[in-house]
Amino acid sequence: MVTINLAMAVLVAVLYAVGFFLLMQRSLMRVLIGVVVLGHGTNLLLQLVGGPPGRAPIIGATPADTFADPLPQALALTAVVITFALTTFLLALGYRSFVLVGHDEVQDDVEDARIARQQSQDDEP
Amino acid sequence: MSTLLTLPVLLPMLGAALTVVGSRSATLQRIVGIVVLTAVAAIAAVLLVVADHSGPIVEELGGWAAPIGIALVADRLSALLLLVSTLVTLAVLVYAIDQRITDYGRGTASTTFHPMYLMLCAGVSLAYLTGDLFTLFVAFELMLTASYVLIMRRTSAKRIRAGMTYVIVSLMSSLLFLTAVALVYAATGTVNFAALAGRMDMVSPGLRTILGLMLLVVFGIKAAIVPLHFWLPDSYPNAPGPVAALFAGLLTKVSFYALLRTQTLLFPREGPWTLMLVLAVLTMLVGALGALAQNDLNRLLSFLLVSHIGFMLFGLAVFDAQSLSGAALYAAHHITVLATLFLVSGLITRRTGTVALDRMGGLLHEAPVLAVLFAIPALTLAGIPPTAGFVAKLGLLQAGAAAGPWPAAVAGVVILASFLTLYALVRVWVRVFWGEAKPPIPDDDPDDEVDVGTARSSVPMYVATAGLIVASLAIAVFAGPLSALTGRAGVDLLDREPYIVAVLGTSR
Repeated sequence: MVTINLAMAVLVAVLYAVGFFLLMQRSLMRVLIGVVVLGHGTNLLLQLVGGPPGRAPIIGATPADTFADPLPQALALTAVVITFALTTFLLALGYRSFVLVGHDEVQDDVEDARIARQQSQDDEP
Repeated sequence: MSTLLTLPVLLPMLGAALTVVGSRSATLQRIVGIVVLTAVAAIAAVLLVVADHSGPIVEELGGWAAPIGIALVADRLSALLLLVSTLVTLAVLVYAIDQRITDYGRGTASTTFHPMYLMLCAGVSLAYLTGDLFTLFVAFELMLTASYVLIMRRTSAKRIRAGMTYVIVSLMSSLLFLTAVALVYAATGTVNFAALAGRMDMVSPGLRTILGLMLLVVFGIKAAIVPLHFWLPDSYPNAPGPVAALFAGLLTKVSFYALLRTQTLLFPREGPWTLMLVLAVLTMLVGALGALAQNDLNRLLSFLLVSHIGFMLFGLAVFDAQSLSGAALYAAHHITVLATLFLVSGLITRRTGTVALDRMGGLLHEAPVLAVLFAIPALTLAGIPPTAGFVAKLGLLQAGAAAGPWPAAVAGVVILASFLTLYALVRVWVRVFWGEAKPPIPDDDPDDEVDVGTARSSVPMYVATAGLIVASLAIAVFAGPLSALTGRAGVDLLDREPYIVAVLGTSR
């Protein structure tokens, strides 16, 4: 019977909630922090699904029943690298936006706004 | 033989490295790109023939046996889509290279374009060939990260907003994907598709539904299924011409392939899938009606792209061998025709200097070749007989009509959406090619909301576009053998046994 650590479960939930909240902000800097927090939540979840901690899984060095599951750790390691790379990319993107536009806010869709304007003109008698 | 499986992933990666090292020589970069993609296309053709002849080919990376190690698998479906995708990337690369030569001169090398293009191709190949869920995630990341760079190249203040939406939405769906992988592993203890197929049956039905829906949401965002499509018509039109064609042709279809693979292998069902039927109807109608409202040529095409994702979803929703075969054939057709339309749109906007349909007109006299190049893929997308679109749609309609009252009703919506598509494209035709000729819009026109700029188009750009049209016509000409092939692929998808036996060596 594998039980889950309640504190960890709550922590993952909080990280997801905070991450998604920040993703919905307009400033790219906050979005970036949101992605980082969400990434941490996901990686923590990946760690947790591997079951309780154990010893290094080296055949012969430790008895097999005390092994930790190595696969989720490998997955989390890969995921950490990917999130890291994307974080730096978002950071560069935010900087580019700041240089070009003067702020790093995600703006409205121009064409969408234009079609909406056209619609409201059509509605007027 | 199975070693060949690694090459569609490794060759583009090595090519990408070479183009970085040789980033001073534009000629070297071009040769590497074209040679690598030609080689991958040839390998994909071989894989398709072998997989069709003697069942799925499996390569276990590093010699680790299947549920433990990473397996690469090529069956009929993945080999077919790999072949079609690679041919499209090759044509788009030729177009892009020539656009660069025309715009910046023969000697201008690029430090980002060629490496990123090839990395994207590596990601696409890996996504088609991978045999486990986590490697699928890595493949998507490879593909998307390259696409972030491609969509953000040479960003102007106007373009950067569109890129941001794209990057943020993709990042969020990737993190959801990772969450789904973690939960699948927690429930089953494996991420290998073949092993999952057996173990998913033992998971409790409620949990199984949740996992299935999570993967549906993840691939739904990436494949632009309504109501998760909003980011696509917002971001693709702002990408540079060939890049938009590449994205429109490949990215959503790779996601659809992932959806098809996971839903058939992991969550098999008996009979039609009501939720997916509803999503298919929504996607077809919202896409087609959205296209009618647009004045921007590329946005119109993006909405049609979304609409036609619905056709493939319909094939998945009916869930029998014939409909899955129809969906596979439709995906192959969709990859070629959408890429072609975006390339033609690139040629048109380079001539008019604007994407606004109400500022174009009378191109028929100035550029009759362009009119032909636009007409053929437009009719193909609308599914007018005897084009490839008709062939692909026919399979779907037959399967739908045979599957019961609700699927038959949705088949009616398919026909309606086809007419709306035809209407939208005829409107484009009338506005762009008929009427009085209007002068090209200069670059610095303040009313022009999307910068495209006028430029000459070289002959190879036309040739690359025409090549894609020929490929799309070939789908119609070889409709018999092709639909027989996808028919066998559909049976395989439903049966699951050949795939599982090939990967694990035993049946479940």
